Amino acid sequence: MAKRRTGNGAAAGVVHRAIAHDSAEKHVSGAALYVDDVPEPPGTLFAAFGLSARPHARLTSVDLAPVRAAPGVVAVMAAADIPGKNDCAPVFADDPIFADGVVEHVGQCIFAVAAATVEQARRAARLARIEYEDLPALLTVEDALAANSLLEPPQVMKRGDAARAIARAKHRRAGRFGIGGQEHFYLEGQAAFAIPGEGRDMLVLSSTQNPTEIQHVCAAALGIPDAAVTAECRRMGGAFGGKETQGAFFAAVAALLAWKTGRPVKVRADRDDDMEMTGKRHDFVVGYEAGFDDAGRIQGVEFMLASRCGRSADLSLAINDRAMMHCDNAYYLPNVSVASYRCKTHTVSNTAFRGFGGPQGMMAIEYVLDEIARALGKDPLDVRRANLYGGRGRDVTPYHMRVDDNAAPALMAELATSADYRRRRAEIADFNAKSPILKRGLALTPVKFGISFTTTHLNQAGALVHLYTDGSVHLNHGGTEMGQGLFTKVAQVVADEFGASLDRVQITATNTGKVPNTTPTAASAGSDMNGMAARNAARTIKARLLPVAAAELGCAPGAVVFAGNRVRGGRRSMTLAALAKKAFLARVSLSAAGYYRTPKIHFDRARWRGRPFYYFAYGAAASEIVLDTLTGEHRLLRVDILHDVGQSLNPAIDLGQIEGGFVQGAGWLTSEELVWDAKGRLATHAPSTYKIPAASDCPADFRVSIWRKGRNREAAIHRSKAVGEPPLMLAISVFHAIKDAAASAAGRAVRLDAPATPERVLLALEDAAAAADAPKREAAE
Amino acid sequence: MIEVELAVNGERETVSVDATQTLLDVLRTKLGLTGTKIGCNQGVCGSCTVLIDGKPARSCLVLAAGCRGRAITTIEGVGTADAPSPVQQAFIEAGAVQCGYCTPGMVLAAEALLRKTKRPSVPEIREALSGNLCRCSGYTKIVDAVKLASERAAP
Repeated sequence: MAKRRTGNGAAAGVVHRAIAHDSAEKHVSGAALYVDDVPEPPGTLFAAFGLSARPHARLTSVDLAPVRAAPGVVAVMAAADIPGKNDCAPVFADDPIFADGVVEHVGQCIFAVAAATVEQARRAARLARIEYEDLPALLTVEDALAANSLLEPPQVMKRGDAARAIARAKHRRAGRFGIGGQEHFYLEGQAAFAIPGEGRDMLVLSSTQNPTEIQHVCAAALGIPDAAVTAECRRMGGAFGGKETQGAFFAAVAALLAWKTGRPVKVRADRDDDMEMTGKRHDFVVGYEAGFDDAGRIQGVEFMLASRCGRSADLSLAINDRAMMHCDNAYYLPNVSVASYRCKTHTVSNTAFRGFGGPQGMMAIEYVLDEIARALGKDPLDVRRANLYGGRGRDVTPYHMRVDDNAAPALMAELATSADYRRRRAEIADFNAKSPILKRGLALTPVKFGISFTTTHLNQAGALVHLYTDGSVHLNHGGTEMGQGLFTKVAQVVADEFGASLDRVQITATNTGKVPNTTPTAASAGSDMNGMAARNAARTIKARLLPVAAAELGCAPGAVVFAGNRVRGGRRSMTLAALAKKAFLARVSLSAAGYYRTPKIHFDRARWRGRPFYYFAYGAAASEIVLDTLTGEHRLLRVDILHDVGQSLNPAIDLGQIEGGFVQGAGWLTSEELVWDAKGRLATHAPSTYKIPAASDCPADFRVSIWRKGRNREAAIHRSKAVGEPPLMLAISVFHAIKDAAASAAGRAVRLDAPATPERVLLALEDAAAAADAPKREAAE
Repeated sequence: MIEVELAVNGERETVSVDATQTLLDVLRTKLGLTGTKIGCNQGVCGSCTVLIDGKPARSCLVLAAGCRGRAITTIEGVGTADAPSPVQQAFIEAGAVQCGYCTPGMVLAAEALLRKTKRPSVPEIREALSGNLCRCSGYTKIVDAVKLASERAAP
């Protein structure tokens, strides 16, 4: 049974309160509209795609005549039919909407068809006659490293002299391991609906984290000004980073076909297509060498991080940068060198996924600390705590940012006590000594995650707030709702400013016509930035209302208070509606745009120095598992989490993010395995073969608490902290608990790649047994 | 095309369907009942769950033409935003809703469980919901919601 403490959420008012998601009533009754649910105007067409069957090939012949002739088909488009730019890339112009002459991954789109029904479109798309001339394909990180196929020269982050420190250290440990990728598996697949207006106007409803990019990509593809395209998103059925850039292709196809036919066109990817066509979390190969003292303190560490980026850059550069910036996690690394290889391969272009490289970086250091503990025969928790940031001279990250909000030591100490770590560690040792087949494992790991986009210019947001003369408030901002509760949180902030109840604030769909030039809802920064922008807009309106209220109430403007849907001053009060009406009659504007840019941040990528993050979010988790050493399967027995969200804007929503993030992370590191075959085809392109956690996989005993001492040192919105991504990395404790149980079974450290599938665990145990036998065999010979 | 009379949420409607058309497709495109979601369209994720004669079924795997004379309940037949059923109310109160896309199917799976078992244990709830995938919540609050609904119904 789950037990939860919501920490500091007791304050009066509308912020810091556990309020249900704004769409909860609509969700439970099926009334919430997603892109595919929007009623279709008469004449709406449906799209399907023609996809590459080869990982790398020249297109020698593309015969679409049979597609055009198929029943119900109204239009077919390929690269040559695009009136504007054939590109849907977010940063570099390297993602053609339709392949032009060459294909670079299986599942790359070659053409699209619009037909009267979904089925007609799909049947028609299969009729294309495509001939290929195969070219050499690089499919894996190892392939790419051997061919030196990189998106950019390796990035290197250095502080001190790692090689020398390792050479001088009393103990050394080196190794290499792999970390798998992850499919987003948002329940709502990629979808877009383009509706042509008069003239060249185009409205694009898109399931996207980035409406502004949808607008720009569609406008460029059509060769029309940005101002002619409006992109809108009311909500997404999950995104997790998978709709930060990946929605652009689907929106562009919808817009192109709508332009070509003059009719509304809906695009909804079939699940198998979605999984083949869209990018995933990057898989990594990690090489490491560490030098350390008797206490397990790292003297020097070198990392080699190589990731599979796929056929284009997408966001891979920033993702790998973030991986480098999280190779320290919560630990001080006095001498460190991190070399990062961004491998270009002939596979789908990998993309943002909750944590954005951070999880892979954190896995690297946590793996090393676990190895150090096993080399020294120490409890991994002791080694982790010995390496934490803290103390004089031990508070600067490898990229020269001071850690001045270090919550990890206190969080870990508190969690070790509340989770009864020491007693359970002893109990597990006893259990394992008596249990030959089932072995239990335990691990407690911290999370320190940097909050802000590392690409500094993305740290800006806009909002639009109207106050109507009946006292109701229209709220719009550049952030998008994907289930994380952003709209609810920002509405709480605005209601709080106006002293209004939440039902007076109308939440509206993100729309590029209302708030322009926005950045993606990503990097966990949605509430921080849009909350501030919306508050600024509300404050602008309030500042205009103050003189009106003061005159009406006969008090000084400074004495006016907004509370309880009323405005008070001295002994008198009036409703917010009455004040809005008075202000209108006095010709005062009741509408304002708000803007916010995150302060204090800067980063010099050429020197790998700066302050890329406004602050850090922290957490810690202790996971206990039981491993069946005959099958390699494990069960999560108990998980304790203590997580820092500052002063939570909404503890109910934050708990949902923490629990959901943890389980998603556990899936990444245990059951979710992406398999490509030797021809570059994804073998796991459906939930029948790609296994995300189900209700029955969750911890039997799940104890999640928001840290009561949490408070943001920086002036973030209501002193809260971002919560979207950080909890995913709490699940690194699950991987290390499995590794702990496996080590207990093997009687020595095991080398284990992620995800720790039953197959991998069994192989790791076999390898360890073989290694243990080797000296005996030699002696016998 | 086949003429078939469907009994959906207590109302009889005659629709003409293709022999290969799924119940999911007919509900969404012919009857405008878009609360039933398309998740994987291959019977694994549970987003398209409806009740057929009171039992949960994946409407993406059911042919509409085979539903003649069967009582079909979709999420729209369980309750409304203004008048939610006790299970729906429990989902709201427990905070069991994030992106919402799995929610209709999850609610129907829960309805079916509670019709069969008045006071299910937590492991029974987890088992009953294990065919309905949620990518957001980690399931904790969903399980809490079903427990809450069962406690209220059978105190």
